[in-house]
This record gives sequence, structure tokens and C-alpha cells, in this order.
Amino acid sequence: MKRSTILALCAFGVLAGCSSSGNWGWYVIDPSTTNGQNNIRFLLGGFWATISLSLIAAALSMTIGMIIALPGMSTNRWVRLPSRIYVEFVRAIPLLPMLFWVFYGLPVVLRSFGITISIDAFWGAIITLAISDSAFTAEIYRSGIQSIAKGQTEAAKTIGLTYTQTMRYVILPQAIRRILPPLANQFIYIVKMSAFASVIGMQELTRRANELVVTEYRPLEIYSLLILEYLVLVLAISFFVRWLERRMGANESR
Amino acid sequence: MAEPVIKVRDLNKYFGDYHALRGIDLDVAEGERIVVCGPSGSGKSTLIRCINGLETHDEGTITVRGTDLRDEASAHAIRGGVGMVFQQFNLFPHLSILQNLTLGPMKARGLTRKAAEARAMSYLERVRIPDQAHKRPKELSGGQQQRVAIARSLCMEPKVMLFDEPTSALDPEMISEVLDVIVDLANDGMTMICVTHEMGFARKAADRMIFMDHGEIIETGPTETFFDAPRTDRCKQFLSQILQH
Repeated sequence: MKRSTILALCAFGVLAGCSSSGNWGWYVIDPSTTNGQNNIRFLLGGFWATISLSLIAAALSMTIGMIIALPGMSTNRWVRLPSRIYVEFVRAIPLLPMLFWVFYGLPVVLRSFGITISIDAFWGAIITLAISDSAFTAEIYRSGIQSIAKGQTEAAKTIGLTYTQTMRYVILPQAIRRILPPLANQFIYIVKMSAFASVIGMQELTRRANELVVTEYRPLEIYSLLILEYLVLVLAISFFVRWLERRMGANESR
Repeated sequence: MAEPVIKVRDLNKYFGDYHALRGIDLDVAEGERIVVCGPSGSGKSTLIRCINGLETHDEGTITVRGTDLRDEASAHAIRGGVGMVFQQFNLFPHLSILQNLTLGPMKARGLTRKAAEARAMSYLERVRIPDQAHKRPKELSGGQQQRVAIARSLCMEPKVMLFDEPTSALDPEMISEVLDVIVDLANDGMTMICVTHEMGFARKAADRMIFMDHGEIIETGPTETFFDAPRTDRCKQFLSQILQH
């Protein structure tokens, strides 16, 4: 696994190596020239937006997901129903149309309720990503929590714990180890989906690459670098998550 | 006679179309020790799970120490005085033995850690495994785990103990160490209902026997009479099968 990632990176390096030959125009991002430096700086400048966008959206998604998931596991179908509807409904909306709807449509809806706020690209993207992703995190929580044997909840009940205490001290500490890997996967999805924010003008990685392509007209080289940027970002997340899992595994032998 | 600790009247329970409990009436007096037996699927476990609200009942009434069991709030109130031991132990695998025992007293009763730990240690001594306090459940044998589960229940200082086939998941050589602990409890005057197939234990610990079949109480009576002179054919047949070996 690790070796294959290194190989992929080497392949990129070789590709970059044939800079002056044929139709390649790596000069646009050649760090030895001023223009190249400026271009690279401009492209890398999108990192901060992509990262903060993804982090805030993920945090919101994890919170909303939990609020949706908990009633979704109730034995009372009327408590369960709104949660199921939310998941089925939100999961069915493609990200891009939802982004347009939130960015262009939501302010109109809010205005009809007398609330006048403008939603900028940053928050528009965050709201969309968070809501869209929360349906999936809710399902991840649900399957993780339901994988903990029913006997655990019953034992907690019989020693007088309330529902909240049962969740907090008995179920969630056990479920977290099963929830974490798919949740990390979902975070990687958010990072990649954040590229859609470019279409409403958010100055993140993809938007910057697009803008540079328009002025430099070197799509192959610039988009290659863009992919490399996402690759580095996602690999960093993967390594962090694996470290986190190992740490939790060491603390908590099952 | 004093008001019974547990009073069950005309209890009916369905799982879908399946009629699991049929018109159960049961009074349990303070200090009474009852063993429930019967073939599997006869509703024994369902009955005691209804008594502390782990299963909801469809018809009839259950009153435990004056509280009418009707919803989750009343079930929560009732469980405060009713301990339960499960066939599968259901210890919390992510906590140490000591933490398993202190969780309830600290979170549900508001005891300080120190008080809860002192109480936990005294009950661990009572079930004869104080030296295992800092291990995880999976490091213990099945018999030890079940004794921890009993101690965990006792830490809540219940007035009634319910046992749901406490030795059925154990290797044969571990059964007696668990039963000994329950017999001790019985001798101390704990009110209890125990579902079990261990008839030797029943003779030793029970005041009264209940035989169930197909969701009904077929026969009930003092332990001696129950074993020596069962009245119904079904009960006779069951006893002859179970006592054969």
C-alpha cells in the first residue's frame, strides 16, 4: 500500500521531468522562474480555503448526523420517521444542484420569512456540504451503534443509567472504534466534494486552478498539479486517521 | 400478609402473532425466593424481562414495590430497586471490572468515586474475586464474569434480584461457583426470581417453584411438594426428563 503510493508519486516526478520536451509546458509552474513561483503561490493559496471549508463542514456534518441518527434508532416509529425521511431525502439530492439551491435559492426563501441575510460562497458551500454529508454520517453512526449488542443497553438500563448516560458511557465508547474508519472515509469525500464550491466562486484549490488555466491556457500542467494537491491532502488525512486508530486500538483491547 | 413486592395480574404479551405470555398471575412476597423452570420458549425469560420493563407488556398489570409499570419512566423508577443478571453476563468490555461496578452507583446514584469504589470492593469480596478488580472482563473466566455481573447488580443495592438463566452460558465446571454466590444471597434473605434448569440449586435455594409451558404458569408450589408430588402431567413429564441425568 505504502509502496504503491510512493510509486505513484515517482511517476508524477518523471512526468514533471519531461518538462521541456514535446508539448508539455511545465514552465507555467516552474519554481525557478518568477512567473512560475507566482503561479504556484496562487495555486497553493487555495489550500487554506479547501481545508477550513472541509473541516467546518465535517464538524457540522458529524454533529447534525448524530442529531439525526439518535432518533432514527428509536423503537417508536413516529420518533424514527422524521429521521428516516431526512436521510432518504438528503441522500437523494446531488451535491451540485443542492449547492445552487442553497447559494441562490435559500436567501430568497429566508427573505420570505423576513430574514435578510446574504449567504457568501464560503458559508453556502459549508452548509451544502454539511447537510449533504450528514445523511451519510447519520447512517454511519446508526450502523456503528446498532452493531453494539442489545445486551449492553439492557445491562446499562438495569443499573439505572438514563438513555443519555447509556449512550455516553456504554455505547458510544464501544461504537467509536467501528465508526471512526467509515467516518474518515466520509471526511475524504468532503475534501474532494469541496471542489464543487469553485462553481459559486469560492477561492479554493479548484477555483484557483480554473482561474489560472484561463490566463495561462495550460490545463494539463495546472490540473496535474491540482490533482497532486488533493492527493497530498488526502494522504495526509489517511495517515492521521491510521495513527488515530492505532492509538485507540492500543488503549482499548477488546 | 404484607403487600407483595411484585404483583402481576393477567399479564399478556405478544411477539407479533406469537402469544408469548398468557394470563400470568404472580405475587412475590418480601424475602421470597422463587425458581422458574420450564422448557425453552415457555416464556420464563420473557416474564422476568417484563417485570423490570426490558420488554413491554400488552395486557394486564405489573406492580413492583408499589410502582405501576406502564411506560419507560416507571420502568426506570422500578429498575432502581430491581437487579438483573443476564445469561450472557453483558459486562461492559471497554471498562475494567471496578469501573463496571462503579458506573451505576456514580452516574445513577451520584456516589463519589471513593464511595463507589469502596462499595464495589466490598461486593467483589462477597463474590470472592476482589483481586480481579483492575482487569478487563475478557481476561476473566465465564464464571468469574458472571460473578462480576452479580456484584455489579448488587452495587445498586436492589431489593429484588432477577436472574435470567445465569449459568446457561457457562462451562459445567464453572456453574457451581456462580450458584454458590446466588445461594449465599438467598440465605441472606434477598427476594429473588431465578430462571434456571439447575434443579439441585432450586431445591437448595428456592421457597417456591414455578413451572411454565407455552406462556402459562402450569404449576406453582412450595419447593418440597413441587419436586416430590407434582400435580400436573406436563410438570411430571418435564421433571422426569430434566432429572434423568
